[in-house]
Amino acid sequence: MPAADLRACDAALRRLLPAGGLLREEAELRPYECDGLSAYRRLPWRVALPETVEQVQAVVRCCRDHGVPVVARGAGTGLSGGALPLEDGLLLSLAKFNRILAIDPDNRLATVEPGVRNLAVSEAVAGHGLYYAPDPSSQIACSIGGNVAENAGGVHCLKYGLTVNNVAALKLVTLDGELLTLGGRALDAPGYDLAALLNGSEGLLGILVEVTVRLLPVPDYAQVVIAAFDDVQQAGDAVAAVLAAGILPAGLEMMDTLATRAAEDFVHAGYPADAAALVLCELDGSRAEVEAQLERVEAVLRERGATTVRRARDEADRLRLWAGRKAAFPAVGRLAPDYYCMDGTIPRHHLGRVLATIARWSEEYGLPVANVFHAGDGNLHPLILYDANQPGELERTEAFGARILELCVACGGTITGEHGVGVEKIDQMCAQFGAAELEQFHAVKRAFDPQGLLNPGKAVPTLARCAEYGRLHVHGGRLPHPELERF
Amino acid sequence: MNEAAHDKLDSLRDQVAQAFEARRPLAVTGGGSKAFYGRPVEGEPLAVTGHRGILDYEPSELVLSARAGTPLADIEALLAGHGQMLAFEPPHFGPGATLGGAVACGLSGPRRPWAGAVRDFVLGVSILNGRGEPLSFGGRVMKNVAGYDLSRLMAGALGTLGVLTAVSVKVLPRPETEATLVFERDAAAAIEACARWSARPLPLSAACHHAGRLYLRLSGSERGIRGAREQLGGEALNDGDAFWTSLRDHRHPFFDAGRPLWRLSVPPASPPLALAGDGLLDWGGGQRWLYTDAPAEQVREAARAAGGHATRFRGGDRGDVFQPLPAPLLALQRRLKQALDPAGILNPGRLYEGL
Ligand SMILES: Cc1cc2nc3c(=O)[nH]c(=O)nc-3n(C[C@H](O)[C@H](O)[C@H](O)COP(=O)(O)OP(=O)(O)OC[C@H]3O[C@@H](n4cnc5c(N)ncnc54)[C@H](O)[C@@H]3O)c2cc1C
Repeated sequence: MPAADLRACDAALRRLLPAGGLLREEAELRPYECDGLSAYRRLPWRVALPETVEQVQAVVRCCRDHGVPVVARGAGTGLSGGALPLEDGLLLSLAKFNRILAIDPDNRLATVEPGVRNLAVSEAVAGHGLYYAPDPSSQIACSIGGNVAENAGGVHCLKYGLTVNNVAALKLVTLDGELLTLGGRALDAPGYDLAALLNGSEGLLGILVEVTVRLLPVPDYAQVVIAAFDDVQQAGDAVAAVLAAGILPAGLEMMDTLATRAAEDFVHAGYPADAAALVLCELDGSRAEVEAQLERVEAVLRERGATTVRRARDEADRLRLWAGRKAAFPAVGRLAPDYYCMDGTIPRHHLGRVLATIARWSEEYGLPVANVFHAGDGNLHPLILYDANQPGELERTEAFGARILELCVACGGTITGEHGVGVEKIDQMCAQFGAAELEQFHAVKRAFDPQGLLNPGKAVPTLARCAEYGRLHVHGGRLPHPELERF
Repeated sequence: MNEAAHDKLDSLRDQVAQAFEARRPLAVTGGGSKAFYGRPVEGEPLAVTGHRGILDYEPSELVLSARAGTPLADIEALLAGHGQMLAFEPPHFGPGATLGGAVACGLSGPRRPWAGAVRDFVLGVSILNGRGEPLSFGGRVMKNVAGYDLSRLMAGALGTLGVLTAVSVKVLPRPETEATLVFERDAAAAIEACARWSARPLPLSAACHHAGRLYLRLSGSERGIRGAREQLGGEALNDGDAFWTSLRDHRHPFFDAGRPLWRLSVPPASPPLALAGDGLLDWGGGQRWLYTDAPAEQVREAARAAGGHATRFRGGDRGDVFQPLPAPLLALQRRLKQALDPAGILNPGRLYEGL
């Protein structure tokens, strides 16, 4: 690849974008220096704010011609540094792509621009009795484009699936500036399922400029049951027992004592404060269906040793019980200056063992951990509490986090269930995949992006980097050469 | 079962690696139940059927892993014993149907619009790529976004991107009970009713229209179904299971004709297409089976104009099976094929020329 010609690229971009569409001054660039993983910051070379698909095509072609890397950005709520800028790269913000283009209630589809916020989709279609099911906790802020790029999940994905299961079609601008439609408005499309491949591709394969999502009818009725347990393992077994009983809850979540207390103090949800583990189980459907299942769920939870089992008294109570869970991150955030959120996923039967190990390591590292997670699908979110201003704490936190992720892999799970690899977990990719798989990923990337200009250094490590990490890995800690990411 | 005897990975790997060295095309075969599907392949047969056996199944995890040559029938029997199922209701089309074949063909049964397609249930795969390298993607957990999702990509790729050797799928509890209702309706009214009902929170799980009748399946608890029936009306059909299985496997009398069969996949609420012939609608209108004398271009154009695509499912010109792709999209798919199968030896041409 020829060296990037930044000066020529800058001049060309200024011609291609409308006034105000290219940010160049440090003060304007500053807000883009990080995403939701604020421990990593870097000023981008430039920020482009195109307004039309044609402008995106032209910008991408221009960057390709000048050898300048492109990092796409939606709302910047990502938790793995996927939208972390490059100092010699263009940050391509999709913020101006914020229109809902079409709603097709008969086929239960909505076509939106990628910068539309997740929650705005459900709001726009509510009048038709429909909604968009994937509901990341960040749904008031995160964009649909970012959701697709990360294959975002939420509390309802056990029953209703992840983003990939709820997307019908995508429009993609390739590095060559070509506009492709992947998937379609029917229930399948001919050829390879590239729409599935693009989900979770973290901006490495192309720029999404339009997304058609599938909508579902709003259930008639939803009810939540909360159950308290004296023991985390018991709670984990109870979750498994609910699923084994043939019930598929809309949401099946769990919080440990620290998280429960923090949430209770923050939003006064009405949680029992002394439980070692709290399980929230939501059922939805027709009222008759839900009533029938509620009785069975309550019986299973009691049988499995729950000390308290209670239903929400009314809709307001139900929303309050969920408000506690949804606010768990910020609530835990009040307990320490900083927290670090992990995202490993494990086969559920390892839950007790993994949580016990994390608790032991928490003592060892001297860093408290609160656990809030999607228990139904085994997606853990240990939140490690630390103080970035204390010398060495961030490094200790990252080393602790890396160990948790490697434990998840060792249990047959994965380093990331929904937040993506980004820059954050790139080294743990070396633990999850062998050299042949990583090489295969790079080959797939080259099929889309032969020059390696789309979000380089993210998501998939080079073999050289893994070799380096392998050597350092024994002691944990940060890499001495962060610039290796660029290779 | 002698486990080792059913692990043929080493020999499969050697065969693919040798074929790669010699640039010799392979025709990957499972149970042969879907050999009719896709374009013809010339190549040395690579039989995956012997590579069989359940690798892992813990009902409360809602995940099952099996070698690709495992018969679908064995998997379904095991799941049924634990009150679970493959919710995408894969068509068998014959007694030999295997898990790998079902995933490779990417076909789903009547529950598809409500439960999801094969690709929605694939959690992980092990494959041999076109160099004969054994690779694993995805996993045995519900959520996994580490690396590109190459496992879902295998669904519907007809074995052209890799030889599937093992698959992990999400499984679901079987509904407590099911009921099938029948309504007298013409096709247009049936499509309209399906669109209207699908937009309401009803426990629908299948909808088919044929010969003036709309068949609707409900799944859920006794109480839930009773409630839905009160809202919907219709006549109950005895032995609904037999009806839906015959539809899934094309044993329904509609499919008896020896004529070339078209499959049109369109947005479900599309009004009846202006194509003469005998038709049957599945997926609430989303999947339309058609026997017609209309020229291929006309069938494809009708599907395209409705926002979908048409496949020559059985018979007819086997060189021209799938809806042609726009040139830049086909070019990208060819580059992707090369990324996984650089010598182009895996089922070459089964999907499109050059794929
Ligand atoms: C408090 C909090 C709670 C959260 N809860 C959840 C949760 O419950 N579940 C969950 O899954 N996530 C959660 N997240 C993470 C985050 O919100 C999601 O990953 C979300 O999908 C990111 O969307 P975004 O628009 O902010 O994307 P960004 O952060 O801007 O970008 C994310 C990635 O997508 C790429 N990208 C963005 N837009 C495009 C595009 N148009 N084309 C190509 N690539 C693009 C970027 O390059 C980057 O790699 C949470 C985050 C926070 C801060």
